[in-house]
Amino acid sequence: MLDYFKLIVLAIVTLLAAMAANFAHDTAYQIHAIIVVLVSLGLFIYTLRHTNDPPKPANTGYNDGVIRAGVIATCFWGLAGFLVGTYAAFELAYPLLNLDLPWTTFGRVRPLHTSAVIFAFGGNALIATSFYVVQRTCAARLWGGNLAWFVFWGYQLFIVLAATGYLLGVTQSKEYAEPEWYVDIWLTVVWVAYLVVFMGTLIKRKEPHIYVANWFYLSFILTIAMLHIVNNLSMPVSIFGSKSVQLFSGVQDALTQWWYGHNAVGFFLTAGFLGMMYYFVPKQAERPVYSYKLSIIHFWALIFLYIWAGPHHLHYTALPDWAQFLGMTFSIILWMPSWGGMINGLMTVSGAWDKLRTDPVLRMMVVSIGFYGMSTFEGPMMSIRAVNSLSHYTDWTIGHVHSGALGWNGMVTFGALYFLTPRLWGRARLYSLSMVSWHFWLATIGIVLYASSMWVSGIMEGLMWREVDAQGFLVNSFADTVAAKYPYYVVRALGGVFYLTGAIIMCVNLWKTVTSTPEKSRTAAPAAAVAAE
Amino acid sequence: MDTYSSLRHFADSWGLLAMFLLFLGIVIYVFRPGGKAVHRDSAQIPLRHGDDLAEDEIKDQTKHDANQTTKEGGNEQP
Repeated sequence: MLDYFKLIVLAIVTLLAAMAANFAHDTAYQIHAIIVVLVSLGLFIYTLRHTNDPPKPANTGYNDGVIRAGVIATCFWGLAGFLVGTYAAFELAYPLLNLDLPWTTFGRVRPLHTSAVIFAFGGNALIATSFYVVQRTCAARLWGGNLAWFVFWGYQLFIVLAATGYLLGVTQSKEYAEPEWYVDIWLTVVWVAYLVVFMGTLIKRKEPHIYVANWFYLSFILTIAMLHIVNNLSMPVSIFGSKSVQLFSGVQDALTQWWYGHNAVGFFLTAGFLGMMYYFVPKQAERPVYSYKLSIIHFWALIFLYIWAGPHHLHYTALPDWAQFLGMTFSIILWMPSWGGMINGLMTVSGAWDKLRTDPVLRMMVVSIGFYGMSTFEGPMMSIRAVNSLSHYTDWTIGHVHSGALGWNGMVTFGALYFLTPRLWGRARLYSLSMVSWHFWLATIGIVLYASSMWVSGIMEGLMWREVDAQGFLVNSFADTVAAKYPYYVVRALGGVFYLTGAIIMCVNLWKTVTSTPEKSRTAAPAAAVAAE
Repeated sequence: MDTYSSLRHFADSWGLLAMFLLFLGIVIYVFRPGGKAVHRDSAQIPLRHGDDLAEDEIKDQTKHDANQTTKEGGNEQP
């Protein structure tokens, strides 16, 4: 019965998308409509061929298939995103690399990079790990059967539509929310399905208590839904075109955008990844979290504070002063819960510090928590108006973002991937621990090169912009600062090469773990576990 | 007063106070004297469950039984 319903829906979608491709006002919209036609037609044929198949035996264990797919997608989009980022970094040092083509200009490659690493790499990591963690901490199979697969593939379709759109020049000019109206609507549908799967699993849990990692994941899912919808309120110019007009205008639009933008950092890149930290660090260290009470206070303090911090992106603009000071004050207060969480994560390893010498995966996680602490110290400092007057619009901001993204989000994700891969594919161990060490050092050195070159470049740039001579005239032209930044751009790009190389080593290692590592023996492990208890 | 001003006035007075008290209430609730055993037990959740759902369910059952017999057993440190 469900199959007939699916066939009807897919047929209608295919027809409508084909009409949209026919009536399209612009090339990008037409290409997107054709992609939708191909996907829905393919699904139609697949569903048709499998309609009235005898029902498969019901699965009873954890649903790990979709998580395996998520691990592969995370690795793939990670490599793609790091590669595009490194390319964009070289474009800044050597502008000739834009090849004089519209599709490879920095303005289009940059959103491709940011979306690929944040939403494709980070988003897939969050979806995969949240599905893993919610099942293991609820002792319940994912709710909703194949709905989890819809979330996975629907999210990949969103990424493909967004990425091709950027290269074709489709953007609504909102940072980290560039995709146009129809892609936004599709993401909303997928995200609601994600929420339903996650909530459904929580509701049918066997554990009486909802483990704190799930609180962080749930707040991430709920808040992103709210932010995404409000920030993307817009009216399409035509139903057959990609262009839309924002409902807000002027400073209201700017504030909404940065309310979205900073909470994307706060709830996507912080709360979601803290969910990872609160599960994978205790698992890898084989110790419970240092203080469960602190983790709850960490959670509620972040929830109550983060949502107000956005205005610090709009210091010295048309935004009213009271709103700027509000954003700054809450950003500074945020320092405390952030460090509380960092201490909680680090102290989880206390009593097992010796493992840092033997276990490079745990080392990666601990370094990621260190970077969480560093960037949550740097952020509040940069949100102070006087500091921001120097740092804003300079490379310092880029350095700050990358110490958080490469150091905290990247490293904790790598740790989670190293943890998950042997378990999901039933392998006894990772293929090579020395390759993990190589990855660890390449990534760490890459981040240090990146962050330090951007600090120097950004502070130099900020000081050059404000330098005046005895008569009060500006000393430097903008082009002077661009020329002065050249060596730092080269160092930054090299940092990217280091980081990318480390990620390639990781992917090889994970591939070999699945293909050429002995299988975990099914009988020996539970016996050992029982003996240990 | 227009809507903006009245909402703004509410937000920086009673709204702010209510949110602050709610947060304070949560913190006090977390530190309540009876919460220790619950928190210690909750912290063990990730370490209780492994790769197999069927095994996890069996383990839950035995653990539950053990709790029933010892009652308030505060010796759950690993």
